Amino acid sequence: MTQVHKHCPHPGARDEMAACRLCRIEVDKLSVAFGRQTLLKDVSLHIHCGELTALIGTNGAGKTTLLRALLGQVEHKGTIRHLTSDGRPAADLRTGYVPQQLEFDRSSPVTVMDFLAASLSRRAVYFGVSRKMREKVMTALTRTHCETLADRPLGALSGGELQRVLLALALTPQPDLLILDEPVSGVDQNGLESFYQTVDELKRKNHMAILLVSHDLGVVERYADRVVLMQGTVIKQGSPEVVFDSPEFEQVFFAKGGRA
Amino acid sequence: MNAIYAVMDALLPFEWLHYSFMKNALLAMLLITPLFGMLGTMAVDNKMAFFSDALGHSALTGIAIGVVLGWESQMAAMLLFGVIWAILITFVKHNSKMSADTIISVFSSTSIALGLVILSRGGAFARYSSLLVGDVLSVTQGDLLALLLALIVTGVIWALLFNPLMITSVNAPLAQSRGVRAKLTEYAFTVLVAVAVMISIRWVGVMLINSLLILPAAASRNVARSAASYLRLSVLISMVCGVAGLVLSYFLNTSAGAAVVLVAALVYFATLPLRRK
Repeated sequence: MTQVHKHCPHPGARDEMAACRLCRIEVDKLSVAFGRQTLLKDVSLHIHCGELTALIGTNGAGKTTLLRALLGQVEHKGTIRHLTSDGRPAADLRTGYVPQQLEFDRSSPVTVMDFLAASLSRRAVYFGVSRKMREKVMTALTRTHCETLADRPLGALSGGELQRVLLALALTPQPDLLILDEPVSGVDQNGLESFYQTVDELKRKNHMAILLVSHDLGVVERYADRVVLMQGTVIKQGSPEVVFDSPEFEQVFFAKGGRA
Repeated sequence: MNAIYAVMDALLPFEWLHYSFMKNALLAMLLITPLFGMLGTMAVDNKMAFFSDALGHSALTGIAIGVVLGWESQMAAMLLFGVIWAILITFVKHNSKMSADTIISVFSSTSIALGLVILSRGGAFARYSSLLVGDVLSVTQGDLLALLLALIVTGVIWALLFNPLMITSVNAPLAQSRGVRAKLTEYAFTVLVAVAVMISIRWVGVMLINSLLILPAAASRNVARSAASYLRLSVLISMVCGVAGLVLSYFLNTSAGAAVVLVAALVYFATLPLRRK
């Protein structure tokens, strides 16, 4: 662990315990097929710690499929390597995941506390949540400024509140890679800004690798360090300026008319 | 067993409990109802009301196949068929693009028709019609032991399965990202429901078994404000309705299973105004 830290090029990260075990994720020629249908073909990209990488593209471009391959939830060809800064394989990568706006049974009596405690411990929550676990959950919720929601039913939260709770869960235990899948679709403007400010803060303080899927190009422009434009494969990647000014970007988003 | 009867006589010196078949029936209720109260919570959360209904119907097919194969034990035939059927429905649901309710309906009608065709051959169905409404008064001591065993085993598995099931019911990919094996969890749960249904169906009946699973949990949802109270209240409501229904059926001289379900329905409607808005 200490050896890895020595090589870490980001001095700010040394304060954080779990940070910088991982330095980058290299995806090489990744393909996913479902039956005869090819969803992803030869996707190659690098995701770096301390950077927010945004995946953009139209619906059906394969963004969510790529996330699910990174999460190990779909079979794929090609390689996904987790490397430390000196190029060696990083041990047990921890991934935090915030799914798309959830559709679930909102009339269930499950509270925020129940949901997080059930995710963080094996002890069946109907036995009650121990004081220690309660403290752990409160610490997690405090990180995303939603500790007041602990005893509310999960189904009674607004879209923005729910995403904060899910972000709190994704950050516990501290992940090396944080995956955000359209995390704030349908959330109001204030909620959206404060969500991304929290994410930005995490990136800086904890030196996490963050992978974001978003349709909101304004958010991507402001918060992403790197942008990956997808259409079944990677058709352009680089800094937001480079990608947004590319002819590929023009073609994907504005082929049928002038700039919106 | 006699010691248990003596205790019951001392604690509950009621006229209706004088008969040993009523004592057995009461004990059976106290074993079946917590089992269903427990499983019902996640059956409701995972939208499986229709699924468990289909399982209940498949009990007939299980017995029918047992008859064709010449098996002695109806219970073994029902259990085996029920578990295979539950796994099959879940598998097809996962691997088909058809909607779940259509798939379950196809399986349900197939199994009930197959069961009826086999069992009604030569006009012999009357022998099996008691299975439709169930008869808790015919519980024997051996049956009670089987129910006790089922309750204990289910209770232990439930402690392991509850958290993963709850997270999966909210979002399966999220649960998977937390290390939950979502599919395995779902299969384990369906098997558990299948076993509970098959082991209790002779006492509760094909037509009512599903209500016993769904109603107490649905009523509990009306009042519960946390996962813990959801499960505890569901078990409590289930047990109270079980006993109340049994007593009621004694005095009204009706089917016990139906009376239990009716009481549970009353509790559901009575608690409906308490729902969180």
